[in-house]
Amino acid sequence: MSGLEVTTGWYLTLGAMLFLIGGTGLLLRRNPLIMLMCVELMLNGVNLSFIAFADRFGDVHGHTVVLFVLVVAAAEVVVGLGLVVAVLRASPRATADDLSALKG
Amino acid sequence: MVELVWLIPALPLAGFAVLLLAGPRLGEPRAGWLATAASAGSFLFTLITFGGLLGLDSADTGGAGGHGGRWFVSTLFEWMPLGSLEVDAALLVDPLSMTMALFVTGVGTLIHLYSVGYMHGDPKYSKFFLYLNLFLFSMLMLVLGENLVVTFLGWEGVGTCSYLLISFWHERPTAATAGKKAFVTNRIGDFGFMVATFLLWTTLGTVSYAGTASAPGLAASAPALATGTATAVSLLLLLAAAGKSAQLPLYVWLPDAMEGPTPVSAMVHAATMVTAGVYLLVRLNPVLTDTALLIIAIVGAATALFAALAAVAQHDIKKVLAYSTVSQLGYMFLAIGSGAYVAAIFHVVTHAFFKGLLFLGSGSVIHGLGDEQDMRRMGALRAAMPITAVTFIVGWLAIAGVPPLSGFWSKDEILLAAWEQPDIGPLLWIVGLITALLTAYYMSRQTFLVFFGGQRWEDDVHPHESPATMTLPLVVLAGAVAVGGAVNLPLVGDWLVLEHFLEPVLAHPHHFASGTGTKLALALVAVIAALVGIAFAVRAWLQSRISTDRLEPALLENAFYVDSSISTFVGGPGTKAFEAAATADRRFVDGAVNGVARLVRMIGEAIRPLQSGYLRHYASGVAVGAIILVVWLALRGVS
Repeated sequence: MSGLEVTTGWYLTLGAMLFLIGGTGLLLRRNPLIMLMCVELMLNGVNLSFIAFADRFGDVHGHTVVLFVLVVAAAEVVVGLGLVVAVLRASPRATADDLSALKG
Repeated sequence: MVELVWLIPALPLAGFAVLLLAGPRLGEPRAGWLATAASAGSFLFTLITFGGLLGLDSADTGGAGGHGGRWFVSTLFEWMPLGSLEVDAALLVDPLSMTMALFVTGVGTLIHLYSVGYMHGDPKYSKFFLYLNLFLFSMLMLVLGENLVVTFLGWEGVGTCSYLLISFWHERPTAATAGKKAFVTNRIGDFGFMVATFLLWTTLGTVSYAGTASAPGLAASAPALATGTATAVSLLLLLAAAGKSAQLPLYVWLPDAMEGPTPVSAMVHAATMVTAGVYLLVRLNPVLTDTALLIIAIVGAATALFAALAAVAQHDIKKVLAYSTVSQLGYMFLAIGSGAYVAAIFHVVTHAFFKGLLFLGSGSVIHGLGDEQDMRRMGALRAAMPITAVTFIVGWLAIAGVPPLSGFWSKDEILLAAWEQPDIGPLLWIVGLITALLTAYYMSRQTFLVFFGGQRWEDDVHPHESPATMTLPLVVLAGAVAVGGAVNLPLVGDWLVLEHFLEPVLAHPHHFASGTGTKLALALVAVIAALVGIAFAVRAWLQSRISTDRLEPALLENAFYVDSSISTFVGGPGTKAFEAAATADRRFVDGAVNGVARLVRMIGEAIRPLQSGYLRHYASGVAVGAIILVVWLALRGVS
């Protein structure tokens, strides 16, 4: 008995949990910085699923998609963080709901 | 030598370019001489090309289309290679285009020369010659163009130039208005020209006259047209020709066009431009159907009579000639409608000579009297202006139809053709004969009022003969008028030079069926009519044996009140109709467009609350959407 065998299912479960935590946080929290982090959690949950499937089926396409997601996530963080910093600098206690003032 | 044809329009264009850049610096009189030289060079190259055409063997060029005879196409460059529509900037040398080009450049050169003297002292001297050269270029493109598009280029060019030249003295409101009137009226004709071109292209797939061996031109493919289409095209062409050649009901611009300087009247509105419509119809003669020909004949006859009646009671020396021009153009249309295309072109040529002469003569009179145009203040000028008087008398006798001057021969041929018109021949002939009588009468009246009788000008006016640059063209034209009929003598056996020369261009060459006896009888009647007209004028205006009070009824003096009726109509009910149209445009057309816009805005307002601005609303939307999608996919089963 070599203990518990870590199968693909575990990774998928972990990925799904990360995705759910991120999604719940995104819906419930008001702090823009936290919300941004939640988005990152969701993305990485999905990434984990991709890697798991790629490993399971020996398909390199999963890795490729993950690389793309990383690049897009990096770009998204650049823009998102920039916006968040700008917002917080203008009013340090701002929440995401206060941004509704931007609506036309 | 026919390859040199491109030089014919190139020289006036070069003259135009030079005058455009350096005209004011050249000044008077060098600008005038330059333009005259360009025109004369153009005439020279027309002669050379003409010689080359005569030297061509008709067997060489083959029988593409109606051009069984000699012809030559000079392609300058590919102009519009648009898929199946290939339009070349090409010039066509054939008997018809050469006949037109010869008198256009010939008479044009004389008028240029005349203008050198006539425009003396005008502040816009060089600009006048700039326009004249541009006009000559356009007219040459019109007659030399190898396809409808090049012809249309020239067609529009002469329209523009006539506008510029009529309103040359645009500081006079009447001149500016007359220019606009000519331009607008011509637009109506241009519409006909364009639609006819489109129709010919969509049905026959070509706009070229001569065509090539692989792609037959209009002349060759015209018989393939359905009769209905051909009639529609013919009537549109008639509309185009009526606009340019001043036929009923589009003639209204020509009498007003006399506001331009007199050389312009001679060049644009007598000798060259107004013949463009006649040229167009003759050029496209294979397309014309019998129905259309009958309509053309009726329009021509009606115009001839109508304008001759109006000419009877005019007081302005140029207005008489203007209505006379409209009337003579009516003769040409009558000839075309009777199928006698050669007679039409023959009359175009002789008319260019004698009407050019008469206009230049009247210009000389106006010039000599210090810009007096009212014939009631002229009289007895033959002593003061002998050369003008003699040449004008030659022109008068020619247009009146006195043999053996050129006008007699061409008019006689038209009357003969009208007589032989199969449907309503005798009626057309009678109208033509009455017009001939009236023509003889009103031209005699004019001649007597201007050159004979007593002096009616003020004492401080000193009439004088014009300078040599003006009298020389008069003398040359008078010579041409005297002997011009020799190119086509219908009564003398085979002496039909013009007829045989032009025959290859015609799809249905016209042959007179009447015997010599009928011909002579008709000619005799025409001469008698002319003499009656002259005799009546002699008694009324020279010998004062007939009271002239009732010879100038106001109805005729105002040309049947056509102009004032148009003004009244457009000013009254016309304005109301336009306003109604404008209201309909606002209510319905704009209303529909604005209604659509309003609907879109209402929908926008309705769904606007969806955009709350709260990030979590959007996020929940995405989440709910994703869940629905997943559930749907799970229920359907992923494929």
